[in-house]
Amino acid sequence: MSAGTLDKTGTLDKTGTLDKTGTMDKLDLKTLISVAADTIAAHAEELTGLDQAIGDGDHGLNMKRGFEAVRAEADIFATKPLPDALKAIGTKLVMTIGGASGPLFGTLFMALGKEISAEPDRANLMAAFGKAIEAVAARGKSQVGQKTMLDVLQPVHDALLQGKTGPEITDAADRAADATVPMKALRGRASFLGDRSIGHMDAGARSTALLVRAVTETIEGQA
Amino acid sequence: MSNVGIVIVSHSPLVAEGTADMVRQMVGDEVPLAWCGGNGHGGLGTNVEAIMGAIDKAWSEAGVAILVDLGGAETNSEMAVEMIGEPRAHKIIVCNAPIVEGAVMAATEASGGASLREVAATAHELSPS
Repeated sequence: MSAGTLDKTGTLDKTGTLDKTGTMDKLDLKTLISVAADTIAAHAEELTGLDQAIGDGDHGLNMKRGFEAVRAEADIFATKPLPDALKAIGTKLVMTIGGASGPLFGTLFMALGKEISAEPDRANLMAAFGKAIEAVAARGKSQVGQKTMLDVLQPVHDALLQGKTGPEITDAADRAADATVPMKALRGRASFLGDRSIGHMDAGARSTALLVRAVTETIEGQA
Repeated sequence: MSNVGIVIVSHSPLVAEGTADMVRQMVGDEVPLAWCGGNGHGGLGTNVEAIMGAIDKAWSEAGVAILVDLGGAETNSEMAVEMIGEPRAHKIIVCNAPIVEGAVMAATEASGGASLREVAATAHELSPS
């Protein structure tokens, strides 16, 4: 795993996952998958606990199943060009996470794959991430402020656009997930609870923040 | 068969199968019909792969109307349609209607040879919004 840092101006240095010319190293995709799967597995019980409070109580288990399935085929994904790899990962997540989260997390990766170039620079990465967030919003017929994963994705995108450093980005993600606690759920199973959804963190927001941390820290070489 | 097909997607396989039974009793074998329910791991839920399979099973060149229960069933059905892709995707409609009444009314309409648009509109009329 090569180490690199997101510097203050928002460019990735030449030893990072994105090298000077913006090429993503195939080996790093495998590392990213592995760290993401480890993170989800380590927090599966916590995620399920959050989901039991206001959802149907299977989020941790479902996410773990999905990311383990991706990990099992990491070698195959790593041989593909980045757009194809992301699309394949998304499809795998759709099929294996199940529930309502499968299409939502799957769409995030499939849309990223659709928009990203084979050798993305930072601008392309940002644009693709923005489009992917729009795709998730469309899939879930949701928007920011409705106690969903979008409430983490959007602040993370904003932080990236502002050229924040890795630790600042993971911080923003964690704070954004925390900020879903006082929100009232307007989408998904939790919305049936109305006001009773207030006071609990959204499980999808939490898992999104965990994934942001896994990806960012891997790129930063801290994982 | 040239009649529009009906697919029933519930979080519960029992609800999906029971709804399909009611449809069959109303319209016999005049419409292609398939159902799916459950998360694929023995629990309540819906899954995209099963929905794609049901669409294949109920496929008709006239199109397929899908009836769903709770939100996740709708999200997963829309995902399934997108993954099936064109040219078939534009011949599939996820109906905004109560699952049991919608399925029975849509199937009844379909059994008379109505178009996909007419079948979906009949189901939609049952929806309060």
